[in-house]
Amino acid sequence: MSAVLSITDLSIEFGPKGSGRTVVDSVSLDLTAGRIQGLAGESGSGKTVTAMAVLGLLPDSAKVTGSIRLGDTELLGMPTRQLRSIRGMRVAMVFQDPSASLHPQITVGSQLTDHVRHHLKLKRREAKERAVELLARVRVPNPEEALSRYPHQFSGGQRQRIAIAMALACDPEVLLADEPTTALDVTVQAGILHLLRDLVAERDLAVLLVTHDLGVMSAVADDMAVMRHGRIVETGTREKLFRDPEHPYTRELLEAMPDAQESEVL
Amino acid sequence: MNELLRVDDLHVRYGPVTAVDGVSLEITPGEVLALVGESGCGKSSTARAIVGMDKPAEGTVLFRGSDVPKLDLRTRRPDFTAMQMVFQDPNSSLNPRKRVGDQIADGIRAAKARGLKSNSPQEWLEAVGLDADMVGRYPHQFSGGQRQRIAIARALAAKPDLIVADEPISALDASSQASVAAMMRQLCLDAGAGMLFISHDLSVVRLMADRLMVMYRGKVVESGSTSLIWNDPVHPYTRALLSAIPHPDGKGVLPEAPAAEAPDEWASHIDEALNRVPVSKEAASE
Repeated sequence: MSAVLSITDLSIEFGPKGSGRTVVDSVSLDLTAGRIQGLAGESGSGKTVTAMAVLGLLPDSAKVTGSIRLGDTELLGMPTRQLRSIRGMRVAMVFQDPSASLHPQITVGSQLTDHVRHHLKLKRREAKERAVELLARVRVPNPEEALSRYPHQFSGGQRQRIAIAMALACDPEVLLADEPTTALDVTVQAGILHLLRDLVAERDLAVLLVTHDLGVMSAVADDMAVMRHGRIVETGTREKLFRDPEHPYTRELLEAMPDAQESEVL
Repeated sequence: MNELLRVDDLHVRYGPVTAVDGVSLEITPGEVLALVGESGCGKSSTARAIVGMDKPAEGTVLFRGSDVPKLDLRTRRPDFTAMQMVFQDPNSSLNPRKRVGDQIADGIRAAKARGLKSNSPQEWLEAVGLDADMVGRYPHQFSGGQRQRIAIARALAAKPDLIVADEPISALDASSQASVAAMMRQLCLDAGAGMLFISHDLSVVRLMADRLMVMYRGKVVESGSTSLIWNDPVHPYTRALLSAIPHPDGKGVLPEAPAAEAPDEWASHIDEALNRVPVSKEAASE
């Protein structure tokens, strides 16, 4: 199957020319429709910066080289105006902290309807119907009533569901999810993982899932890449990487998991 | 009286909110008790009340038989420096403008004030897996994980009888969490101290705690032997919590999601879920 989004030889450098620090080093990744590509690594490995580069969300001081293609369109170097028509429309993003994607002083309904009216040019009533539909899809209880409430009136898990609804509002082809469950309680996380898996299947979404949590990776990723110091050290299917990791760093990560330590310390 | 710490019917309230609703526990020397639960369950409020950062609304906290005084700006009485704390964020416990060796020396002084011998700062750094010659460095010269090791060294240098650790490993990278938790357990046992270890992560805690207490909405819903609870949870909340943990086995199995958000049965009181002890051990000790 051909890639929906292709990242090729992506390098990102921060800081002044010459003395810059390379935070992403020759990264290549393909996202395929209907599959979740996991990107694992520890803090500072460059996994979040890679995801941010796709949407052109890096500061101007970042020096980015390589290629990021969405279908036939090159995203790297695209003028901001044009990128705006891609953000949210064809490539959407969900962050660790749902509060970052939701405005605290605007009702959930306005945020969802403004969003779809702006991007899809829908009439007010159509937009409202679509917002209710979306909230129902991500299983926010009483969607009609939820429209008139503010983000703080929802639990953390419900807020992340609303952020996912917003991300999906314009039927994107690609979803970038950066640690989407890391801030959530484990019982809430389980529900979000189910939702993510269902949405990928029914909408044929191509997902880049950035997470440090190998448990989450094991539960939902189809393919996996492991990053360290800005480089991808190993890629493969989930089964392959968990069962038969080749790179010593991948092995080290897996062995450090509490699950691997069945011989209890006690 | 063998126990280091005895908490009876503790209640902590913030205005109209009851954060801790009747928690009782005890810790004996050389024992690690883990308090686990999700955000807002009252585990950190319990810890804060135990060390004297918050005043209990009801109930008592006895450390070696005496009431724990409220922490304020004054220096703690020497006998209460035998209780040491480690927090989630090492930056909140380390002084950024003081060399780490000097900060560990503060802990050593607290031990001396109680007439105890402590090791040198260099030896403490080595005990937590750092190089002895790092004593002259400042906190910002270390990574987050190394800083947490320094905070642990500083707490241990005071030769505590009891360590209260509130999410000490959750800010660390996943690959070092299990090893730092195991290290804390070992150092605690070596010193003959007890530890109250607070965490939201059952999969790490079950490797290092002798006993577990699972909290939900301010109450302990299940407690007792770690392996009993891990292998055979009785309370519906503990069951939901355990089955929601995704296991890094590469099998692509989605963890079980609760059917509803916070069902009523999670708050139910079940006598059999409390103070669970392995049958054989119980018989042996009788």
